[in-house]
Amino acid sequence: MEFKDYYKVMGVARDATEAQIKQAYRKLARKYHPDVSKEKDAEARFKEVGEAYEVLKSPEKRAAYDQLGKDYRPGQDFRPPPNWDSGFEFSGAGQGDESYSDFFDALFGAQARAGRGRRGEHPGRGQDHHAKVLLDLQASLNGGTRSFTLRVPEIDAEGRLVSKERTLNVQVPKGILAGQQIRLAGQGEPAHGSGTAGDLYIEVEFQPDPLYRVDGRDIYLELPVAPWEAALGATVKTPTPGGNVELKIPAGSHAGSKLRLKGRGIPASQPGDFYVVLQIAVPPANDEKAKAAYAALAAALPFNPRASLGV
Amino acid sequence: MSPSDDQALPGTIFDESAILSIKDLSRMCSVDERHIVEFVEEGVLNVVTVSSEWRFTGDALRRARLALRLERDLELNLAGVALAVELLEELAQLRRELGARR
Repeated sequence: MEFKDYYKVMGVARDATEAQIKQAYRKLARKYHPDVSKEKDAEARFKEVGEAYEVLKSPEKRAAYDQLGKDYRPGQDFRPPPNWDSGFEFSGAGQGDESYSDFFDALFGAQARAGRGRRGEHPGRGQDHHAKVLLDLQASLNGGTRSFTLRVPEIDAEGRLVSKERTLNVQVPKGILAGQQIRLAGQGEPAHGSGTAGDLYIEVEFQPDPLYRVDGRDIYLELPVAPWEAALGATVKTPTPGGNVELKIPAGSHAGSKLRLKGRGIPASQPGDFYVVLQIAVPPANDEKAKAAYAALAAALPFNPRASLGV
Repeated sequence: MSPSDDQALPGTIFDESAILSIKDLSRMCSVDERHIVEFVEEGVLNVVTVSSEWRFTGDALRRARLALRLERDLELNLAGVALAVELLEELAQLRRELGARR
């Protein structure tokens, strides 16, 4: 097991005051909180910071850690001496559902977890579990079975919180939206004795789709068209999640024109719509013939694209 | 073994159609009812009153758990939590609108 330098994790000096430690924690927590942060590894960093703060904010734990840590350097192999913690009294229990490192558990595990009470629950009922998954858009559009691998916290035989992997095959309900939860009855923590098992809630986020953007129940596609297709109107082949369709582009369309296919969004009693947003693609003038065609067009059309700018 | 439909667990959407009492919500979030009341008073959670009892929808579970995480991990007060939840939803909406345009 590696020795962890909690002072380094929090970026504070070994003689930092409680106020300095609190300040450092708040700053790092805002930066790496998984609900807030888009940093890579935010979750791992947040856990590390949370663990360091859990130790350094508590005068008892900090004193014990300092006592133990004075002969260690970060990364060095670490073994807690037998009965090392006698003479320190630990108050307050870890409250969250976070799992700490083996290093933390070796030091404070038994104490921190011992106070983990079961608050305000029905006797015997297993706790609900929560997870987040990335889902493909097709699963929401058509329903179907998807396989999710989740990390599930469990209390092991020694009373430590460990995390186990569990793979579930789930019938995804048709019409699920980003930000919504899928409920799996009875798939949370098992029952205690004669009670009932907890439920599992899976919050859904859509995987970024190469073609489509999803907003609520509506689906958007940016469709490139040629200048003459926009100007003269045309019927063009257009991908939709349900397969290709022939889409009629009205004459006089311009970049940003929005065409709606009613009810072709995410299914529901009031289904969303499918929107096609036009983009004008400019043909390259990379040979003599194309250049001549552009020149002829310029000569034939008195057109100032910057008229609205007053120049 | 590949997933087949008959052995898969049936999932249900937990949204506006799911109706929760304050008792349900406080149990599911492992907090006192008083805490849920504070969230409602601060506007973090929306509620409808049916025959003088509060009713929450499934989305309140997600919001309440988010609010509790922010409160605990960032040591925010109630007003700070309410502001953060609102801004995070606005940010998520903007990111969705930006989506395919990057």
